[in-house]
Amino acid sequence: MTPVKLYPAKPDKVYVFGTCLIDLFYPEAGLDAIRLLEREGIEVIFPDDQTCCGQPAYTSGYHDEARAVAEAQLSLFPEPWPIIVPSGSCGGMMRTHYPQLFAGTPREAEAREVASRIYELTEFLVHVCHVRLEDKGRTEKVAMHTSCSARREMGLAETGPALLAQLGGVELVEQARAAECCGFGGTFAVRHPEVSAAMVEDKTLAIEAAGAEHFVTSDCGCLMNIGGRFEHQKKSLGGEHIASYLWRRTS
Amino acid sequence: MSVQQFTPQAFHRQAHEALGDPQIRANFRRAMDGLMTKRRDVFTDWDLETLRELGANIRLRALAKLPDLLEQLETNCQTNGIRVHWAEDGEAACRIIRELCEARGAKSVIKGKSMVSEEMHLNAHLEAAGIEALESDLGEYLVQLNEQTPSHIIMPAIHLNTDEISEIMHDKTGTERTRDVDYMTAAARAQLRERFMSADVGVSGVNFAVAETGTLCLVENEGNGRMTTTVPPMHIAVTGIEKVVEHLRDVPPLYALLTRSATGQHVTTYFNMISSPRKPGEHDGPEEVHLVLVDNGRSNIYQDDELLDTLRCIRCGACMNHCPVYTRVGGHTYGTTYPGPIGKILMPHMLGLEATKDLPSASSLCGACGEVCPVKIPIPDLLVRLRKEAVGEGRGNVPGAGVKRNRKEVAAWKSWQWLATHPAAWRGSTAVAGKLRGLAPSRVGPWTEYRSAPKLAKTSLHALVKAHRRAKDEGGES
Repeated sequence: MTPVKLYPAKPDKVYVFGTCLIDLFYPEAGLDAIRLLEREGIEVIFPDDQTCCGQPAYTSGYHDEARAVAEAQLSLFPEPWPIIVPSGSCGGMMRTHYPQLFAGTPREAEAREVASRIYELTEFLVHVCHVRLEDKGRTEKVAMHTSCSARREMGLAETGPALLAQLGGVELVEQARAAECCGFGGTFAVRHPEVSAAMVEDKTLAIEAAGAEHFVTSDCGCLMNIGGRFEHQKKSLGGEHIASYLWRRTS
Repeated sequence: MSVQQFTPQAFHRQAHEALGDPQIRANFRRAMDGLMTKRRDVFTDWDLETLRELGANIRLRALAKLPDLLEQLETNCQTNGIRVHWAEDGEAACRIIRELCEARGAKSVIKGKSMVSEEMHLNAHLEAAGIEALESDLGEYLVQLNEQTPSHIIMPAIHLNTDEISEIMHDKTGTERTRDVDYMTAAARAQLRERFMSADVGVSGVNFAVAETGTLCLVENEGNGRMTTTVPPMHIAVTGIEKVVEHLRDVPPLYALLTRSATGQHVTTYFNMISSPRKPGEHDGPEEVHLVLVDNGRSNIYQDDELLDTLRCIRCGACMNHCPVYTRVGGHTYGTTYPGPIGKILMPHMLGLEATKDLPSASSLCGACGEVCPVKIPIPDLLVRLRKEAVGEGRGNVPGAGVKRNRKEVAAWKSWQWLATHPAAWRGSTAVAGKLRGLAPSRVGPWTEYRSAPKLAKTSLHALVKAHRRAKDEGGES
């Protein structure tokens, strides 16, 4: 469990680290995250030289390669502004594992300093921006899948649902075993496809059984997995990143 | 007796078979759901985080002083009349126990539940020497009748449902086919009672070995542990060297964590504290008590500051109860004595990374195990560490380090590293990828057997942000 974090006052500027999955597959989610932050009167800096946080190599055990890639990101955030990451998984990597990855290296202090400025998007909107959302969307039943990294590594089980609860037209339904992993796990889905498939099968069934018409998640890995499963079965039940959902309904 | 064979090498095949067996899946899902609920409910009156912190610190303190505490345990046990034996590996431990049995001319051994005895394949060893070993824990008894190995460290027969148990008992012991659990329990009790009375030796495990007093604590629910350790004339306790704790006062918090995490119980039905053989004038208890302390790879784990955390484990099984992988594939799939998350971080040390190469990767790193671990073992971090050992250059001290390293994969990660450290090339390639996305395959390996292929975006976030900035500069919104 992440220790209680003392949140700062709302800053004038923030950095956004968009993540590689968003860059390649869900760029709109990244732009919507930027729009949400800008609407709060915050100037968003998007360092052009960002690529990937290094997590895929890190969890696969290739720590030298992960460190090299992480090191390339460290220099991108020179000013003391918060760094907003629209992903619990990449956020957890940068907040929790950067200090581990750079322990005993010349850049350890820098890694710790960067880690201390990492915020997951929904966390930042709730705890720092104290955002107030005005819903313009239609009435619908929505299930939220909070990623395991957001839930357990970053301790953010509540922030996504808290934002959805502000949307008057949204009825948040809770699927059975909501805290259980959807089965993505990065390379896990590739190395153990059958086990992963059994997990995503149960997750999609639970979301359907809860009566959801739509699902949202704060991590694109889960979105690719759960959404990909629904699509494969030609279900109308679709999903999107919470940033896009919030922007779509409130803009 | 032939035991049903599962091996860690065959993890994929075994997982495939378990996933295709609706009975296995239903049995585990139901059982694990029940155990998770019981654990959650029983901790409501506790400050769980404070208790876990205390438990972790007790275990860390014991491990920090492990060599000294083991010597202190030995001295105090000997003073109490418990003879202490050291075994470097499972084979040595089996030999010690066999020789102790042979010295008494023992022909039959009754066993309390002990995962260490499973780890060292004690039953097979004794049987080969003509000594019959009978399990007396009800779950272990059923598993043994069915010629299987335990599928869970606390509930060995959790993979079986009532009908299957009825069938096994009918088949092997001649009881009536029934769904009446009380009838079956009573029948097993009667069958076992005979054997307790006639056994020459009782073999048990140990939950906590207290260094300052030389006391062996045994946690159980069925009374079979007490029978095993008091009725036969000789009791042999066998345990891993990491089970030692410093003080008697360390036991209550660990016991509270153990029973609540394992089965959701406030206390177990029995809690045995064994401190000596029968003393002059006493009416019962064994004439001889032995303690066999087994290393079997543990001191190697102990050498590494990070991997050392593996040895904190108090064997509650909560990590498997909460594991989404274990819940789906069941305990046998792992093919190892200890299944589930703890098995994945412990067994590579015992069997080597070559035999267990599919285990550390069989996790989505969801963190459910680490979240519930009563002594806060960072299981996901240790899984990552073992993955690193497996693909590293073989310099680590985990047996089999470097076994999964192959040129193709290294080259792939090196290319990824190059691209992700050359931002202009990264942006260029995402732009090209977006343009060529129509050529992207609609089938990508096993992913698309169950899911649609992820679709590359036409425009990368980098490009969208650029356009967004331009629009803002021009005074409009994008």
